[in-house]
This record gives sequence, structure tokens and C-alpha cells, in this order.
Amino acid sequence: MANMDLKKTKMPTMDPLVRSRNFEEVALGYTEEMALREAERCLNCKNMPCVNGCPVNIHIPEFISKVKEGDFEAAYQIISKSSSLPAVCGRVCPQESQCESKCVRGIKGESVGIGRLERFVADWHNEHFNGNIEKPVSNGHKVAVVGSGPAGLTCAGDLAKRGYDVTVFEAFHVAGGVLVYGIPEFRLPKNIVEKEVDTLKALGVKVETNFVIGKTLDIDELFDMGFEAIFIGSGAGLPRFMGIEGESLKGVYSANEFLTRNNLMKSYKKNSETPIMHAKKVAVVGGGNVAMDAARTALRLGAEKVYIVYRRSLEELPARREEVEHAMEEGIEFKLLCNPTKILGYRNPDDKKDRRNGFVSGLNCVKMELGEPDASGRRRPVELEGSDFVLPVDEVIMAIGTSPNPLITSATNGLETTRHGCIVADENGKTSIEGVYAGGDAVTGAATVILAMGAGKTAANAIDEYIKNK
Amino acid sequence: MYKIVRKKILSPVVTLMDIDAPFVAKKAQAGQFIILRVNEDGERIPLTISGYDREKGTVRIIFQIIGASTALLNAKEEGEYISDFVGPLGKATETDGIRKVAIVGGGVGSAIALPLAEKFHELGAEVHSIIGFRNSELVILEEEFVAASDKVVLMTDDGSRGRKGLVTEALKELIDSGEKYDEVIAIGPLVMMKFVVATTRPYGIKTTVSMNPVMIDGTGMCGGCRITVGGKLKFACVDGPDFDGFEVDFDEAMERNNMYHEFEHHKYEETCNLLNKEVE
Repeated sequence: MANMDLKKTKMPTMDPLVRSRNFEEVALGYTEEMALREAERCLNCKNMPCVNGCPVNIHIPEFISKVKEGDFEAAYQIISKSSSLPAVCGRVCPQESQCESKCVRGIKGESVGIGRLERFVADWHNEHFNGNIEKPVSNGHKVAVVGSGPAGLTCAGDLAKRGYDVTVFEAFHVAGGVLVYGIPEFRLPKNIVEKEVDTLKALGVKVETNFVIGKTLDIDELFDMGFEAIFIGSGAGLPRFMGIEGESLKGVYSANEFLTRNNLMKSYKKNSETPIMHAKKVAVVGGGNVAMDAARTALRLGAEKVYIVYRRSLEELPARREEVEHAMEEGIEFKLLCNPTKILGYRNPDDKKDRRNGFVSGLNCVKMELGEPDASGRRRPVELEGSDFVLPVDEVIMAIGTSPNPLITSATNGLETTRHGCIVADENGKTSIEGVYAGGDAVTGAATVILAMGAGKTAANAIDEYIKNK
Repeated sequence: MYKIVRKKILSPVVTLMDIDAPFVAKKAQAGQFIILRVNEDGERIPLTISGYDREKGTVRIIFQIIGASTALLNAKEEGEYISDFVGPLGKATETDGIRKVAIVGGGVGSAIALPLAEKFHELGAEVHSIIGFRNSELVILEEEFVAASDKVVLMTDDGSRGRKGLVTEALKELIDSGEKYDEVIAIGPLVMMKFVVATTRPYGIKTTVSMNPVMIDGTGMCGGCRITVGGKLKFACVDGPDFDGFEVDFDEAMERNNMYHEFEHHKYEETCNLLNKEVE
């Protein structure tokens, strides 16, 4: 019998007071009963609007039907036909603006909890899977993938499944890209990313860490090594700063640096060799998911007070609702309609050797009000004159966006880029160089994991066509 | 895993290692750097390349034991492996059009200055090397500098080897005696580079310095290595490590460099205790 409850089956989460002091995963996932109950809410619509809302077109009603039957492994097999990273997507996809936004159940009540079901199925598989994957028959063609983030891993997985000999080159010492350096443990446990990468390796994908393409090897050399096509999924890793006074003070981080120290280098662990500041009062500038991640990480590192400083209002906040809610539950204070104008530093005029010299002592802000809509359609914040105030903080984290990394584009002749440094690629990921494809943040600028995966998937199809017709 | 094919103790605090890393060796240029991790869970340590052998596929690093991670690296023996080794990163030192150069190296910075002296020497430029150390015990690579230079001035703070005094004194004397340098390249502690710049500024001699700030990824991703050059924000890892010395804000760089001072000090003592225990 269909479950006609208007609300989604709730997913248990860890208590905010407990979780705000540890790095364990916040959302705990469905039990089998919960998954069965939620699956019954799916009406199995003929025209499947949800599938069109998914950037990688997972056959959603089909997998949910298998969940209803209790055949979770079959459900997993259906998802994995379309997605190389189900356990990741089930956790970090903005389902509310994608598949779930198209769900018929959402017209009157809440949509089916597609993301939660996907997560359940992937976790069930990872827990019960015996590790034997049948390697696809090799077709003898070599493809190189640059970057092991969501775009690169998806492209690699899709090609490997078709028999391509795929090598992924990663600059860091572990694979995963933003999934390991950017998204914190409490939102996406790193052992889950590791498992997804292991699955790809079992499919025959080779992962070469410590290779910076554009430095260690360049695109021409990859072709010389016998790779017939190359996919660039190098992401948008270059942090932006505001250009205000005081950004070089000690205690000012880019969100990238702060999160990388914590997530990739594990500086939250007591015996870590990589240091990180454990500040008492922290201001995070920005309103996206990265800002939420940074704020919640600062809290878990022991901060007494964490502020989000954002120049527009709650309505314009670009972060996912769920992340904002989680942050608020944990006690993060939102300073909305506020814009930083200067970072203040401590300076003892009588003692040059005072250890606190040069550290952050406060963030000067000005209040804003919303004016006329700008080009993006959002109302433009305007400074309220004379509304300056100082937020007393000892750490400032800039989470105001990133730009594509120019390492590859500057080392590759003939690779066309936009004014903003993004690689120019057509709807299939084809770039200005024959045999070179690109996708994800390197092409679009900073966006979401699932959009990058969609781009990786599209490019995999295009590369397959290209090599077949060569 | 990357094999340590050679290890040589150069002084009580400085060690040389040749690491088997053929891809890095193939591309490495003087002035560039690598990042290594000694163990799983280790810190990422940036080190400027001290040499390379493209045929053998090895890259030379020379490091000073200044903290926990370098102590752990130094505890590794020839034939053992380190977890990670990535590079070459950053831009190579520019050598075009330089016919006469003064290379100023301070302490372990001399190890990074050496490949530059060798490069200029190979290109046929006249090379004057001024290298400074605290005392005779800490002098490294003297013979190598002699082989790669037309003139070498060795300075020690206490006069226990070479001449007593600072590298800046020797540099000023050479300039005043009429040596006309196209460029002065200074590599060493920030405070030394700051004073080399102060020495050359009145003469208007182009002066290049090599910056080695705190960094994680070395590819422009974290922004931790940001420095102010000519009033503009630069990332040492991708825009450098070489910069126009006249434009660098050294005071800010020095202040930023001690951000983790207490953590590092504590960690170093902890690691030394651990290593000593293992020895017993």
C-alpha cells in the first residue's frame, strides 16, 4: 500500500549539542524500516519527472521499486548504472532543487526523500558488498583524467565500465578532490569517499596521486604517452579574498586553507602534524555551503562563538536550507546584511615581541540594506552610512568563492579559456583542442558536486564517441 | 612511495637526500620546489629543489632539521621510503640576459642557491657567491660553490671559518669595489634577504629573493602562502617562489611565518622525545 503521509520519513540526526563538539556524521541515515516506509511514498509515475531533475538521470522510480521489494542490492545496481558515486550524492546533492523539486508528491506535501533513499541503498551496498567486481573487458584504448574530484571520478568510472583503460592524475596525495579536502567529515565521512574510489579501482581505473598536470606532466606529454583522449576536471580551486585591509594578518584563512588543513590534513585530530588555529571567536565571511562547512568546523574545533557574516538577507543565502538549519541548530549566529570593511589586528606598541602581535583582534563591518535587483536578479546590498561596528573575533575565514586554477590552462598551448579563466567547452565537454574534454568547476566556475558529475558523465559519452569514430 | 637513494649528513642540523622521483627529475629547474610527506598522516613540507639528475631520475633536497616533520624526515635512512613527493612546483628562476650575478646564500638557503650558481656558471655568466653561516660547524657545500663560481666569499657570524661578519657586508664591499652585477639573488632567512635588499637598493641593482612561506598544496589552492609584493597579493607557490626583492613586504612575511610557532615548538619537542626513545 502506498504511504500517503504528506511528510517525508524523518532521518535521524545526532543531537546538535553533542555533534557541535565532534566530527562525526550529523545525519545518521535511514534504517531498513524507514527506507521501506519512505519508498512506499513513491507513486512510480509513468513520466518520471524526477529523472529529468537529476543531472546524471538516475532511474529513480525503478530503484525505489526495488527498495519497496526489499531488494536493496538490485536497487544499488540500478543507481550505479547512472552514478559512479551513489553514497556521496545521497549525502551532498541539493536534491531539493533537483530530483525532489520535480516530485509529484511535493505538490501537496513533501516530496519523496529520494536523496535519503539513495544514501540508504548505497550504504547498504557498501556494508554488504563482498568486494568482487567483474572487470569490464578491455577495449585497448587509453584515456587520461586530470583531477580526481566528482567530475573526474564520474568520467573515469563511466569510461572504465565501457572497457577503457583509464588513468586518473591527482595533484594531492589522496584521490577525491573537493570530496576529501573541501567537504567536512561530519557531512561526508572520508571512508565513504575512499570506498567509492576503491570501487572504481576494482573496475580497473588507475589512480596516480602526486601528479600535477601542467607541472609534472603536460597535456602534450599525456598524448605522447599513448592516451587517446584527456578529460580535465581540475576544479575551481583558487581562493578569492576581499581585498580589504588586514587580510594578511595571522588568523585570516581562505575557507580552502582552513578546510584543507582540517579535512585533508586531519588537523582536528590531536596527534596531527599539521597545525590549525583553535580560535575562540570566529567570523566566516560568505553565505554558501562552503561558509556553512567552515563555520561548523570552527565550532567543532572548540570555538565559543561563530558568526556567519553575509551581506544580503536570509532569503538570498545561497547555501542549502538543510545546511543553514543544521548550522543554526548548532548555535552559529548569522550576521545578515553585514559586510566586512577591514580586519583589525593586535599590536602591542610597547612590546615588539608580544606573541599576539599581528594576530586578528576584530572584524570591522558595516550594515547593509537591500536595494534594486542586480544582473543576477538578487537585490543589491547597499551600505548604510555610519553603521560601522566591530565584531570581536580572533579568526576570520573568507568563504567568498573560488576561481579556476590556471596551472593547466597556462601550461597548455591552444586551450581556450574565458575572461574568468574557465576552460571553454561545448555542451559535450569538447574543448578547443582535439581529444581534450573538460567539465565541472574548471568549466563552470564553482558549482555543485552533482553538476560536476553530470559534466563528467556527458564528457565520458563524448570521449567514447570520439575514440570510436577516430 | 619514493625511495631515498642517498643520504648524507652535511652538518649537525642539515641533511642531503636524493629521492627517486623520475617524473619530477625530468622537469625540475633551479628555483622550483617540491612538497613531500614523510609518512601517512604526515605534514606536507615544501622544500626548494637543490639539484636533480635527469638520467638517474633523482631529485636532491637539502633540509634543516627545524621542526617535527624535518626531524622525522631526518630519521629516515638511505634505502627507506617516504610517502609522497610531488613537483616540480612554482616557477623556475629566470636566467635570461644575466652575464654577471652575485648569489647570496644564508645557512641552509645556500643549498638552494647552489643550483642557481651552477646554472649561471653553465650558461657562461660570471658568478660571485657569498655564503654565510653562524659558525664553522654549520658550513655546507663550500667545495661545490668553489666549483661553480668565479669568486666565493665565505662568511661566519663568529669568524670561526672564512671571514667574520654578515653576507651583506661582503656584498657591499664587492659592489663598492666596482663589481657591476646585472642581478643579485638572495636565498636564506627572511631577515637576511630583507637586509640584502636594503644593501642593494641604494645602488638600484636588480635583486631577486626566494620566498618559502607556510603552504599546504603548492598549487595555488589554499592561499596560505600569500605575501604582499608591490602592494599586491601574491601566492608564493604559483606566482613565485622568486620575487623582486625591492617590492616584497618582508615584515609582514616574517610575522606570518611564525603563526604556528607554539604548535611547532611543542610538536618538535614531542617528536624529539619520541625519536630519542626509539634510539634507546
